[in-house]
Amino acid sequence: MRAAWTIALKDLRQRLRDRSAYIIGIGAPLGLALIFGFVFGPLQEEYEYSATVVVVDLDGGPVSELFIEGTLAQLPDVEVQRAATVEAATEMVAGDPNPLSQDSDKADAAFVFPPNFSADVQSERPVEIQVIGNRQSQTAAGLAASLAEGYASELSSVRVAVATVEELVGAEVDRLATGVAILQTESPATLVDITTDTKQLDAVTYYAAGMAIFFLFFTVQFGVTSILRERADGTLGRLVAAPIGKSSIVAGKAISAFLLGLISSAVLVVATNYAVDAKWGEPLGVAALVLAGVIAAIGVMALVSAFAKTVEQALALSSGVAIVLGFLGGTFVDVSGGQGFLATLRYASPHAWFMQGLADLTTGDVSVVVVPVLVMLAFGVIAGALSLTGMRRGLQP
Amino acid sequence: MQYAPPNEPVLRCSGLRKAFDGLVAVDDVSFHIQPGETYGLLGPNGAGKTTAISMIAGLLEMDAGEVYIVGQPLRRSARELRRHIGYVPQDLAIYPDLSGRENLEFFGHLYLMRGAELDRRIAEVLDVIQLTDRADDRSDEYSGGMKRRLNIGIGLLHEPTLLILDEPTVGVDPQSRNAILESVERLGAEGLAVLYTTHYMEEAERLCDRVGIIDKGQIKAEGTQRELVQLVGGQDYIHLEATGPLLAGSEALSHLAGVAKTAVAEHAIDLVVQDAHDQLPKILETVGGSGVHVEGVDLDTTNLESVFLHLTGRALRE
Repeated sequence: MRAAWTIALKDLRQRLRDRSAYIIGIGAPLGLALIFGFVFGPLQEEYEYSATVVVVDLDGGPVSELFIEGTLAQLPDVEVQRAATVEAATEMVAGDPNPLSQDSDKADAAFVFPPNFSADVQSERPVEIQVIGNRQSQTAAGLAASLAEGYASELSSVRVAVATVEELVGAEVDRLATGVAILQTESPATLVDITTDTKQLDAVTYYAAGMAIFFLFFTVQFGVTSILRERADGTLGRLVAAPIGKSSIVAGKAISAFLLGLISSAVLVVATNYAVDAKWGEPLGVAALVLAGVIAAIGVMALVSAFAKTVEQALALSSGVAIVLGFLGGTFVDVSGGQGFLATLRYASPHAWFMQGLADLTTGDVSVVVVPVLVMLAFGVIAGALSLTGMRRGLQP
Repeated sequence: MQYAPPNEPVLRCSGLRKAFDGLVAVDDVSFHIQPGETYGLLGPNGAGKTTAISMIAGLLEMDAGEVYIVGQPLRRSARELRRHIGYVPQDLAIYPDLSGRENLEFFGHLYLMRGAELDRRIAEVLDVIQLTDRADDRSDEYSGGMKRRLNIGIGLLHEPTLLILDEPTVGVDPQSRNAILESVERLGAEGLAVLYTTHYMEEAERLCDRVGIIDKGQIKAEGTQRELVQLVGGQDYIHLEATGPLLAGSEALSHLAGVAKTAVAEHAIDLVVQDAHDQLPKILETVGGSGVHVEGVDLDTTNLESVFLHLTGRALRE
């Protein structure tokens, strides 16, 4: 073991004298994480729902009021304004005719409840809720239309419910009061999202993590290809001739790769945490994921390199594999919400498990990283064991 | 490192054999080296020298044969025995991004040297290889000769019992070459056993107490220089520097009475003859008749070059 550490420390000394180590291990992932974070961070914030809606309540009855106070006012980040007339509401909503205009003073949509809306609902006459959308806020306008449709659909259900009540009691009831009471009743079924796939990292954290795991595979390349480098430099013969076991040589290379991966990952986690406020999550969970990620990276890269004949061939092969696995695992583009074959195939990449583990960790429960950690460890151990077959040949000076 | 068992060769190998894909590189090679003896393996490129010493140094598994270091069989598990061997490969085997001192420290640690002992030994080796002043410079800033010397210094660092040098002067400038040869002479004089491979006759003649002449994976003859020369008897050696159809000229010469061996070398024809002075006119006439233009003639008493020619029918530097 002493010989392995001697070799590992020599490798580290060599690597740390090479400026490319800092670029690949820290500079590039940190730089890209910052760039992606700055580019996509504000976009994400923009997509967080925030809207101003105008209501023209020409009805003034309980059914329209229930929509305004019971539905609209309860929505987070929605400001409700009132207008007396349709014209006034249209003026408040209508933006600049220029579709590229970004007139932020305008409301996003308006709801118009016609006169006698509540009475018409009570008497089962057809009713309509008008929605006026802002052409510059198509998303918000679309959401407003959906809300109106949803409410109209709910009213239909209430009519059926009231009719059922009348049938049950065998007499007419106060339809308006009964309907409003039903509308005010909470739905017995509530949809709670428990799928892990939909847990999301914010953009900054997502790209910090993505770049960290993506470049980790390149960082450990030096360690796993250095047996080939030693052979090309002629020094492998000297190592083999020394009074140490060949296993010490392999262990030394693995240790140096592990330390390099660990150091660069730790620097990235700390740097992105302070520099761009990346929210990595519970430190224990993050540490477990990083450790497992480093081991997976070493195993996979060693497997690819073990069957290469030259350093150049090993670098080309392992770089190709790292890029494919990185994209597959969603380090550049979030593919976690996708469906079909590719969505399943992404789990063939350790990167996907790393990202999944971090996303799950946003729940605050450290135990959720157990499965991703075990899967990444399995990647590392199995690939590393397979690589020893090829490495046996590689240790021939 | 102290060599303990008396009357036991430092190195004894017998019946070494190695084939690559059916091609036999080393075939039944046996020799031994006594303490303080410098043994040369002399042969042209591709003769099997490097393969033979790779097996002795434990770098290459042998197909057959045995290697004994200080009387102990060298097996894969015998790590301790490897401490007796200092191996200097033919190609440079140093870390260019480490300084000379760091290279020595690293290999010293691998040979379990530590602390003051290591520091002392590094200082001694740096002195021997004349790199004390440049010890802390990165070795990729060294000249070719300095790198070669560092390459040898690493092999010497742990004070081995047997130093294996694989063609250490290939591609070295004359000044550095001389420095290397002087170092090897001094190490031999200090009692180190040296296994030295070369295809330079002059180096073998200068350094080696005994020489094994190796060709096509087999040792053709072995002994001191005097013993080897006696194999050729009273024959003389003629070296014709020439241009033109050398093969045809060599073929014509081989039919002359008194010509024992002929071989074509680079821009030359080498001959072993009974009496060089008597036969030279006839030789020049014959070779000229074959269209060969002779530009120079060297007459020599028998040397290792002529011994090699006599034994193999080939020139050493073919």
